[in-house]
Amino acid sequence: MKIAFNPLMRGVLAAVTFSSATNTFCSEWGALALTGQSTEPVEQLPRQMKQFEQGQGTSSSVSSPTNGTPPLPVLGARAAALPGSGADQTVVQQTPSSRAVLNYLNFSFSALMSAGVSTARNGEIRTGHPAPYERGFSLNSAELAVEGAVDPYFKAAGSVSLVLDPDGHSEVELEEAWAATTALPFGLQVKAGLFQAAFGRHNQQHAHEWAFVDQPIALTRLLGDDGLRQPGAQLSWLVPIAVYSELSLGVFNNRNPGFVATEETAEGWHSVLHGGALQDHELRGPGDLLFVPRMSVSFDLTGTQTLLSGVSAAFGPNNSGPGADTQVYGLDIYWKWRPERAEAGFPFVAVQAEALYRRYEAAARVGPTGAVLPAETLRDWGLYGQVLWGFKRRWVAAFRAEFASADTGAFDSDLRNDRFRLSPNLTFYPTEYSKLRFQYNFDHRQIAGADHSAWVQLEFILGAHAAHKF
Amino acid sequence: MKRFFCVMLCSAIVGASAHEKLNVVTTTPDLAAIARAIGGAEVEVISLTKPTEDPHFVTPKPSLVVKLNRADALIEGGAELEAGWLTPLLDAARNPKLGIGAPGRIQAARAVALIEVPTGLDRSHGDVHAMGNPHFMTDPLNARAVAELVAARFATLAPEKAETFKTNLARFTAQLESKLAEWEKLLAPFAGRRVVAYHNTWPYFARRFNLRIDLFLEPKPGIPPTPAHLTEVIARMRAEKVRVVLVEPYQNRKTAERIAAETGAVLVEFCQFPGGVKGAGPSYFEWMDYLVRALSDALAKTAEQ
Repeated sequence: MKIAFNPLMRGVLAAVTFSSATNTFCSEWGALALTGQSTEPVEQLPRQMKQFEQGQGTSSSVSSPTNGTPPLPVLGARAAALPGSGADQTVVQQTPSSRAVLNYLNFSFSALMSAGVSTARNGEIRTGHPAPYERGFSLNSAELAVEGAVDPYFKAAGSVSLVLDPDGHSEVELEEAWAATTALPFGLQVKAGLFQAAFGRHNQQHAHEWAFVDQPIALTRLLGDDGLRQPGAQLSWLVPIAVYSELSLGVFNNRNPGFVATEETAEGWHSVLHGGALQDHELRGPGDLLFVPRMSVSFDLTGTQTLLSGVSAAFGPNNSGPGADTQVYGLDIYWKWRPERAEAGFPFVAVQAEALYRRYEAAARVGPTGAVLPAETLRDWGLYGQVLWGFKRRWVAAFRAEFASADTGAFDSDLRNDRFRLSPNLTFYPTEYSKLRFQYNFDHRQIAGADHSAWVQLEFILGAHAAHKF
Repeated sequence: MKRFFCVMLCSAIVGASAHEKLNVVTTTPDLAAIARAIGGAEVEVISLTKPTEDPHFVTPKPSLVVKLNRADALIEGGAELEAGWLTPLLDAARNPKLGIGAPGRIQAARAVALIEVPTGLDRSHGDVHAMGNPHFMTDPLNARAVAELVAARFATLAPEKAETFKTNLARFTAQLESKLAEWEKLLAPFAGRRVVAYHNTWPYFARRFNLRIDLFLEPKPGIPPTPAHLTEVIARMRAEKVRVVLVEPYQNRKTAERIAAETGAVLVEFCQFPGGVKGAGPSYFEWMDYLVRALSDALAKTAEQ
């Protein structure tokens, strides 16, 4: 439901007048006003219509009512007073409709916060940026977002996230700022700006669409804490066949942690992935950019079951040394069942799984201890699978299992050790604007051993709530 | 001779395009029924939703994107009924014919005077529709206004078939008038009677037929029934001898059944769309016939008690 404050809407609302003081029609709703009249005219029908009417004389025939019935609305003079039907019911004045309230800007503020306990150390808790990051309370994100149509040719969106750093100071992070075309022919669309690349499924979802409090390990490891999100541009094409199929190619600046690890370690500025000192990486040609192709297809298996699947890849150079490249491949699948007579979208069952594989060409480099590490290819992979069961209106039970692993490299990185995690959770949605989530994580890391965490998460959204995609 | 061929060729092209049907997509089956009545054999109509589906909560399946991508026209309710799912589908469909302001984008609510327009927007009142109640097709006169809009737009999109649409509209309107008189006669004996509904789907129907469908099992729109609210509803039903409860296919039937059992009321299967209940469709008239008859039967039955 898109409801937003804006001057235009206020103008329309200000034009509404009460028709009765004893307005008790559906008084259960409290102080809602129920009838009104606005100054906006009903859409004028094209001239052809008037010719229809004149030619047929229907106007005159419909305006002569049958006994006791209210006069039928007539073209051009649509006001038809209708008598109230009961003593306590408002006399409804049928007047020209309130025209569609068009919003220049849909504005929202949303916040995700968590509280929980964990046997893991504070620095090891977080997987994915808007995930809980320490024992006790975490403010995962507070986000201001706007979206709307720019003109007949573009739509645009932007969001700014306020996050707390470990010292409790607020940091401002630009999450997204992009525009996309709306009127290109041949099923084409261009999107440009800062946005989440079309890689897999989870990477394209906002934190508030996540089914768990945290991000899958495989994505955090292979694409980075913020996911694959860079300034860039993307061309996509809806293939003109009977089955839904979309091809897209994104081109981005190459600053993603999966490709260019920029984290500071205890030993100084070395890559947490391969241990080498960071090389300056400047753009010299198209080969230094990050390319993200994707293909997705979807079928309705039955009237109530839908499958959406995609293959994605990301290619670009990394910063371990000259000529070293990285390739990431992803496979994603999503299946949803919902009966035809679902009540407010419940019950449903949804299964989602993704598998990622990364091939990282690490150049010969100097490690943290000063030893030269040989040129090698680091292979990492990970996958997760999750099941959501909306068993009752407002309630969703979910379970996620995931595993990430890698081959052995010359540098011993925590990010490449085996990790296995099981996460059952339960979410209560009072409405689509709020949710309360309980989650337990059993997290087993190869060296650190098993950890247990339990989280409670609260989310609220004020203002516009963009409709979800499949 | 050359000229003759040219004329032949041109007329062949025009002829070919004239025989191509308009590809019409509607969000809901009631709008599809209107589109079929007006378009007749000249249009191919697909409804994105089934009559048993809750129009507020529709799974935005990618297959719907393909349907929208191929459409010449889209008929939507337009008053936020589809706000939860239509926009991303249209974005993905990339069909300039369905852009806001294009003749192919037919927003039914624009032909209708909406009621229950809130004076303020506050979500503590539940899921309130900012533009007014979007369930307007249950008033036959609103359906007529929508049919006129649809006929006009179809004529704009396929001017060569304007005459057909005009004839179809005249037929629809004439039938609507006679049917309306019939429906009003059937429900006239029950003027002023109060009826319980699960959700506030029926204000236009109630207004047209002088009924009071203003007691709801939902405490606020979109908020599921709570025990405290149901107790209050039961008390009011008993005090005012309200004996009819309306329930739609996707609403919680068990709750409605329990309320009916506790108050001795009759449960009536209602549906917002043609085909939502067996015998209620597929045309607009068959659907409205069903609603009027089912309700008048229930009201007659409970009046005797």
